[in-house]
Amino acid sequence: MTDLTRMSAADLSKLITAKEVSAVEVATAHLDRISAVDDRVHAFLHVDREGALEAAARVDRGEVTGPLAGVPIAVKDVVTTKGIPTTAASKILEGWKPPYDATIVERLKKAGMPILGKTNMDEFAMGSSTEYSAYGPTNNPWDLGRIPGGSGGGSAAALAAYEAPLAIGTDTGGSIRQPGAVTGTVGAKPTYGGTSRYGLIAFSSSLDTPGPCARTVEDAALLHAVIAGHDPRDSTSIPQPVPDVVAAARLGKQGDLSGVKLGVVKEFTGDGSEPGVSAAFKDSLEALVKLGAEIVEVSCPNFQYALPAYYLIAPSECSSNLARFDGVRYGLREGDDGNRSLEEVMSLTREAGFGAEVKRRIIIGTYALSSGYYDAYYGQAQKVRTLITRDFQSAFEKVDVLVSPTTPFVAFPFGSRTSDPYQMYLADLFTIPTNLYGGPAISVPCGLSEGLPVGFQIMAPTMADDRMYRVAAALESAVGTLTPPAL
Amino acid sequence: MTYEEILTRYEPVIGLETHVELGTRTKMFCGCKTDFGAEPNTQVCPVCLALPGALPVANRAGIEATIRIGLALNCDIAEWCRMARKNYFYPDMPKNFQTSQYDEPLCTDGYVDVTVDGKEYRIGIERVHLEEDTGKTLHVGGATGRIHGATESLVDYNRAGIPLVEIVTKPVPGLGALAPEIAKAYVAELRDIIRSLDVSDVRMEQGSMRCDVNTSLNRPGEEWGTRTETKNVNSLRSVERAVRSEIIRQSGILDEGGKIFQETRHFQETTGDTRPGRSKETATDYRYFPEPDLVPIAPDPAWVAELKAALPEKPSAKRARLREEWGMSELDMQSATNAGAVELIEETIAAGASPAGARKWWLGELARRANEQGIELAEVGATPAQVAALQKLVDDGKLNDKLARQVLEGVVAGEGEPAAVMTARGLEVVNDTGALTAAVDEAIAANPDIAAKIRDGKVAAAGALVGAVMKTTRGQADAKTVRELILERLGV
Repeated sequence: MTDLTRMSAADLSKLITAKEVSAVEVATAHLDRISAVDDRVHAFLHVDREGALEAAARVDRGEVTGPLAGVPIAVKDVVTTKGIPTTAASKILEGWKPPYDATIVERLKKAGMPILGKTNMDEFAMGSSTEYSAYGPTNNPWDLGRIPGGSGGGSAAALAAYEAPLAIGTDTGGSIRQPGAVTGTVGAKPTYGGTSRYGLIAFSSSLDTPGPCARTVEDAALLHAVIAGHDPRDSTSIPQPVPDVVAAARLGKQGDLSGVKLGVVKEFTGDGSEPGVSAAFKDSLEALVKLGAEIVEVSCPNFQYALPAYYLIAPSECSSNLARFDGVRYGLREGDDGNRSLEEVMSLTREAGFGAEVKRRIIIGTYALSSGYYDAYYGQAQKVRTLITRDFQSAFEKVDVLVSPTTPFVAFPFGSRTSDPYQMYLADLFTIPTNLYGGPAISVPCGLSEGLPVGFQIMAPTMADDRMYRVAAALESAVGTLTPPAL
Repeated sequence: MTYEEILTRYEPVIGLETHVELGTRTKMFCGCKTDFGAEPNTQVCPVCLALPGALPVANRAGIEATIRIGLALNCDIAEWCRMARKNYFYPDMPKNFQTSQYDEPLCTDGYVDVTVDGKEYRIGIERVHLEEDTGKTLHVGGATGRIHGATESLVDYNRAGIPLVEIVTKPVPGLGALAPEIAKAYVAELRDIIRSLDVSDVRMEQGSMRCDVNTSLNRPGEEWGTRTETKNVNSLRSVERAVRSEIIRQSGILDEGGKIFQETRHFQETTGDTRPGRSKETATDYRYFPEPDLVPIAPDPAWVAELKAALPEKPSAKRARLREEWGMSELDMQSATNAGAVELIEETIAAGASPAGARKWWLGELARRANEQGIELAEVGATPAQVAALQKLVDDGKLNDKLARQVLEGVVAGEGEPAAVMTARGLEVVNDTGALTAAVDEAIAANPDIAAKIRDGKVAAAGALVGAVMKTTRGQADAKTVRELILERLGV
C-alpha cells in the first residue's frame, strides 16, 4: 500500500468509504508522521492524539458518514476547540482550553474529520512569516532555514510536510494564501461571511475569514463545502446557499476554460515581484490561454493604496478586539500579589503576554482611532476601502476573475525581514485588496523560482467562490502539483 | 441667599441622560436570560463573558423596544444605522469595549411635554440609542463592601449584556426656578411612557432606570456656563434635589468669582448634596468606531409604521381622559399615577365597579398595605376582578365597610374569592330584624339615660345606641336597620 500521508483527501476518503483502510489507520499514519518530523518542522503547537483516534474510531464504527469522514485535519490555533488548548500562539493564552467549539470546528466534527491538533501561527495571526509565534517559528519543509509564510505557516507546513492532508487557516490579509504560495500548497480565502467567524479569535473582525488549506484544489473545495454556510451565531455570516465549489473544481479539472475571461491587474505586473515569480506567473498565464481562457488587462488604480489602508484598518480593529485580554477572566495574569492596582496587573499581564508585533499593531490602532486622528487615518482608510471595492466591481464587469502572483517573492530566510516591518508587510501586497473587498481568492502552486514554490492567485466576485475553484483546478491540471524535497 | 434670590441672578440650563434597562427575555447580543436576582454568573455564556472567538448577534426584541420608545417620544427613526464600539477599560466590562451607538443613533430629534403648575413645557429629545449593560463588581472581605479594605473583588456578569436604552435630552434653558420640578416631572413622564409601552419595569430603586443630571448656570444674557454631570440619581425626588443643590452650589462658586469645572459628580442620598467624582479635564478618548461584528440596523419603514400605529395611548392623554371619566380631582389622579394604580383602577371599573368604589380600595386599603410592605400595588395580592366583586358585595348591602376590609384581608392572604371569604369567615351583614330586636332592646335597657334623651327628641343620640348594638353583634349588623329599629322601639 502507498503511504497514506502522501494521498489526497479525496483519495483517502474513497479508501475509507470502501473500507480498504480504516479511519484509525489513516489518523495513526498522520500522527506517526507528526511524531517523526514535527521536531524539525514545528508545524504543531498541540497534538491531540487521543481525540483524533477516538473520532476516527467513530467513523470506523459507522457512526459518522460524509464526503470527508475519517480524513484527518489540522486546525490553526486561532480557532477555538473545546477542551483542546487554544492560544493563538500567544503567551497571554498559554494553556487556555476553550469551553466551546468554533462553528467551523463543530462542522468538522459533524463531518467526522478527526482533529490532529493545533497549528502554529504568527501571534494572533499578525505576521507574514510565523516568526512572531510566542512558541518559536515553523520551518518551511522546502527549506528548513526559510519561513513557511504567515500567519498560517503551521497549517501550510503541516500539509507540505505530509503531517496532515487538510488544514484550517484564517485569512485577514493573506494568511491562508501567502503561506500556501511559499509552501507549494493550495490555500483559499472564501467570500467574507461565507464561512463563520464564530470561535475564531478575532484579529480584525471586518477582514478575518476562515478557509481551507490543502494540497490539491479539489481537496480545498471539499473542505470548503464542509465548513461554509450560514451561521446564525455570526451576524456577518451570509444567509445564502454556498456555491457548489466541489462541482466547480471537478469541472475545472477537465481543463477546459473556453469563454473564461481572466483579468490581469496592470498595477500588479510592474515592479515589485522577483523575476522568478514573474516568470512563473507568465508561464501559467500561457498555460491557461492554451486551455481556452482569454487574458484581459484591467486597471485597478486604487490597489496601490490597499496596503496602507489595511495597516490602519486591521490594527484599529485589533486594538479593540484584543482589549479583552486583560488578565481578569482567563489566560495569563501577572503581578497579582495583592499589592498592585488593577491597572498595574493589567499592564504587567499585557507586557508579559503580548509579543512585539502585537504591541506594535495595538499601538498603531489605538493611535489611528483616537479622536484627533480618526478622520485622518481610520476614516480615510475606510474611504480607500470603498474605492478598492469599486475597482473590483468595475473589473468584474469586464472579466470573470482577476489573476496575479500570490506573493511578490518566494519564501525568505528567517530573520531577513523582521527588523523592517514594512518589508514584512510587503509579503501581503497582492493578497490584501481582496480582504478589503470581501471577495474570495485562492492561491495555487504554479511553478518554482530558485527551487522554491511560487503561488498563482485567482480572485473572484463575492459569492462566486465556485468560479475561482474552476479556474484554479484548470491551472492545477495544466501545471501539476509540487512535491517538496524529502525531509 | 435664598434659592429664589439665586434664580434672579442666574439662569439654569439642564439636560438629562436617562438609562433604561429593557425587560427583554434574553440579553442584547446573546441568548442568556435576564432574570433579576439570579445567583451570580449563572446567566452567562461565551458571548457575554467575551471569551476569545465569541461574537455578538443583535436581539430583535431590543431593537423593537428602542424603536417603540423613540416613536413614543416623537423621534425620527433611522432607516439605516450602526452599532459602535466605545473603548474603555473596566474590570466588569467583559470586552473592554461597550457595544453602543455613537454618531448613528436609532432615534433622534423628539420631545416630551410635561405639565408643572398647570403650565406645559416641552423637553427636546436629542437621541435615543441602544447599548449594553456591564457586569457588577462585588468587594468582599472588608467591613463596608467598598473596595477600600476589601481582600478580594468578585465579578458577577449576569447583568453584562442586558440591553440598555439611553435617552438624552437637548439642553433645556429658560426654566428658571422651576428647573428642578420640571426635571422631576420629565423623568416621571418618561417613566410613565416607558411603562405604558411595557418594555421595562422602570424601577429607579432597582436600577432599571437611572438618571444622569447635567446642570449649568449662566448670568442672564451671557453664554451658557460649564456643566457638571451628576451620575446615577435613582429616585424622582433625588432628580429634583440634585438639580436644586447643583444650582445652589454653582451659584456660590460663581458669586465668589470662581470657575465651574466640567466634572462628574455623585448625588448623596442622605444629605441631598453632590460630591465630586472623576474630573472631565482628562476626558477619556473612547475611540469610537463602527462595530464590525454586527451588521447595520436597517428597520423596514413599513415595520416602523406598524409599530407607530400600535403605540398605546400616551399616559398624559390617558390620564386626562380617565380623570374626566372617573370624575377624579387632579390630586387624586396624581396619586393614582404615582402609586401605579391607574391601570388597576381601570380594570376594576371594567370588571363592574363604580369609579369611586374602585378608587377607594386601590388608593386606600391596598395602597396602605403595599406601602407597608414596600411592594408594588400590582403585587399586593388582590386582582381588579376581586376588588370589583368585593365592592359589589358592599353595594348589595351584604358587607359594610368594616366587614369588607376584613374580607379583603382574607382575599390578600389567599383565602379565596371575596364571597367565599365572607362566607368562610362568617362576615355577612345581619339584616334579620328578629335577631336584631333583642340586641336593640338590650342596648336600650343598658343605657336608660340615652334612651330618655332620644325619647325627648334628641334623635342624634341614637348613634351611641347603634354603636352599642354593633359591639354586641361584632360589627355584623346593618347600621341603618339598627338605627330604624331603635327609633321604632322608642316610639320616636
